[in-house]
Amino acid sequence: LRCFSSALTPQLKNTLDKVVTSNKVVLFMKGTKDFPQCGFSNTVVQILNSLNVPFETINILENEMLRMGLKEYSNWPTFPQLYIEGEFFGGCDITVEAYKNGELQELLEKAMCS
Amino acid sequence: MGVTKEQVESSLTSKLKPSHLEVIDTSGGCGASFVIEIVSEQFEGKRLLERHRIVNAALEEEMKQIHALSIKKALTPELWKQQQEAEKSKPDA
Repeated sequence: LRCFSSALTPQLKNTLDKVVTSNKVVLFMKGTKDFPQCGFSNTVVQILNSLNVPFETINILENEMLRMGLKEYSNWPTFPQLYIEGEFFGGCDITVEAYKNGELQELLEKAMCS
Repeated sequence: MGVTKEQVESSLTSKLKPSHLEVIDTSGGCGASFVIEIVSEQFEGKRLLERHRIVNAALEEEMKQIHALSIKKALTPELWKQQQEAEKSKPDA
């Protein structure tokens, strides 16, 4: 019986480390950037599109292990989850807030130039 | 079944002792979905991401059943006061 086993296996953690560090901007979301399947995910895609930054999206609806593991990896219970330069930035509310006050633009500019 | 607005309110109240709390049920029948505005001294000195993490942690049990949670505001009493005053002094849009 392994009731409390973690979804975040060492292999998955390794893979996630690679994914978030090999792309400057990564969005784990419901659906894809062309077909977001949730309003919150769509909002973040629209923001990133409007800022003209290249970003990768990963559809968490296609992989239940990934979905469960990511919640532990980020210590964040919901999706979408935005990563910038290997660091967890936030979910939809935080991204919207940071977009409104200009912090997001600043951070992304820095990321793109680094 | 599911989570009620009252449960969300009571968890947040007991854990974060907010000076202002507003929980809005936005589920419209499709499952638990809430919008939260919260002001608490426990956010003092914490960045936005940390403040949101505190709210998420306070609702850890409820989150298992909540479908969507939007933290509209997670402010310290001081920031809250500033925002309230800024709202008031803003000319009508």
